Amino acid sequence: MPLGLLKYGLRPRRPPDRLLPPRPELKRAYDTVIIGGGGHGLAAAYYLATEHGITDVAVLDKGYLGGGNTGRNTAIIRANYLTEEGVQFYAESLDLWRGLSNELDFNLQYSERGHLTLAHADSAIRTMRWRAEVNKHFGVDSELIFPDEIAKLAPGLDLSADVRHPVLAALYHPPGATARHDAVVWAYAARAAAQGVELHSDTEVTGIQVESGRVTGVETSRGTIQCNRVLQAVAGQSSLVAAMAGFRLPIHTVPLQACVSLPLKPWLDPIVVSGSLHVYIWQSARGEVVIGGATDPYGLYANRSTLEFAEGTLLPVLELFPFLANVKMLRQWAGMCDMTPDFSPVMGVTPVENLYIDSGWGTWGFKATPVCGKRMAELIATGRTPDLLQPFRLSRFAEFEQVGEKGAASVGH
Amino acid sequence: MKVMPCPLNGPRPIQEFTCGGEVVAPPDPDHADAEAWADYLFLHDNAAGVVREWWYHVPTSFWFIADRDTVTDEIVRTFLPRELFGPDAQPDRP
Repeated sequence: MPLGLLKYGLRPRRPPDRLLPPRPELKRAYDTVIIGGGGHGLAAAYYLATEHGITDVAVLDKGYLGGGNTGRNTAIIRANYLTEEGVQFYAESLDLWRGLSNELDFNLQYSERGHLTLAHADSAIRTMRWRAEVNKHFGVDSELIFPDEIAKLAPGLDLSADVRHPVLAALYHPPGATARHDAVVWAYAARAAAQGVELHSDTEVTGIQVESGRVTGVETSRGTIQCNRVLQAVAGQSSLVAAMAGFRLPIHTVPLQACVSLPLKPWLDPIVVSGSLHVYIWQSARGEVVIGGATDPYGLYANRSTLEFAEGTLLPVLELFPFLANVKMLRQWAGMCDMTPDFSPVMGVTPVENLYIDSGWGTWGFKATPVCGKRMAELIATGRTPDLLQPFRLSRFAEFEQVGEKGAASVGH
Repeated sequence: MKVMPCPLNGPRPIQEFTCGGEVVAPPDPDHADAEAWADYLFLHDNAAGVVREWWYHVPTSFWFIADRDTVTDEIVRTFLPRELFGPDAQPDRP
């Protein structure tokens, strides 16, 4: 338990503290500007301030902090990827997550509940075995298990053989976890602000100033700022911000929808994913069943919800958990995903000097929040790309060195 | 239900179609270097607004071009490739 929570509980009076400072006036110049006040941008600001002593930082967001994809994802954390580059990267994120509530002195409701990826075919079992072995090689806890053990972990899951896609096995990843996504934003924002980082919500970036190949400032809806360095961390808008600086990205922006049910009594501990059925499901601490599926079939910059998603995602859920048939859905929403050709992120330097990018987070960005913030901060502070980020550089496409992670995307897209 | 006006089949549910990506000219195969190919293969404008894309009607194996607004989710216009690339771009269908 975070110490602050205990102290708060023992206080005689508990006046509400203002978590975040009021928005200050925008200065004319900052050392570093971070475009995007979501989890990734705020985490980078926090680590810049605490680990590198860089506090002359402004975090800009065109809406409110955490109002983008940090508030729209389904909050699943795991490291059971397929490539050695991916597994090592997400494994460091898992390590950071485990200590994060204590480090930030904020209850992130981090909950390790196990993660099951179901295999419905021999070919899927082969991929799960492959992932399990790669994971174990890098010290990540994953194992192939079979229906007798799956039944103990996920009660109510239909394991009978006479269904459309019988469950043959599963990749079991015990460290699979969830966390309260808004709390992650608030905690990083508050702790960064305490170090002197300025948080500017409702401040839209409208242009990026580049002189002889080097970034010199950003134009915003509240005036122009001069700066030495810029980090863009704008999931769902990466191509549009990159275009302001004059370069293109290997990104295609597609909506991903999700929904939650009315609260039920606690019954499901692990996160259950089926790539073949294109669905994943877990039960939140409030009892709501959180359900997500594949991305929409075509690209859009719109957070609209569709009946096609609800039908196409909920029917397969009933194949897995038939008893949910009479449960009502509570709400449905969408976020915009920057999909890359190899299903890996794009992080590091760009064709513009001192403009750094954190993008290509498709459907896998939330879990990487701490490691991405920490390592991007290291890159910005030192100017050297950390080894962990090197495989995810933007130039890998021109060098034909993609990091093929599609086999470990949670569901087929 | 989202409807795509197909130049061959008329209005059909959009689930019958696959998006083939932005209409861009491929590099000259005799002279293009690796960088030009990587650019062609991987980099996109990914614009917010009206974009011009290839679309494919899966049941009838039919390629056509659509102008589509990626912000409002409206299909502005669909037409045959020959309108852009001349009559040789697509043979007459039976």
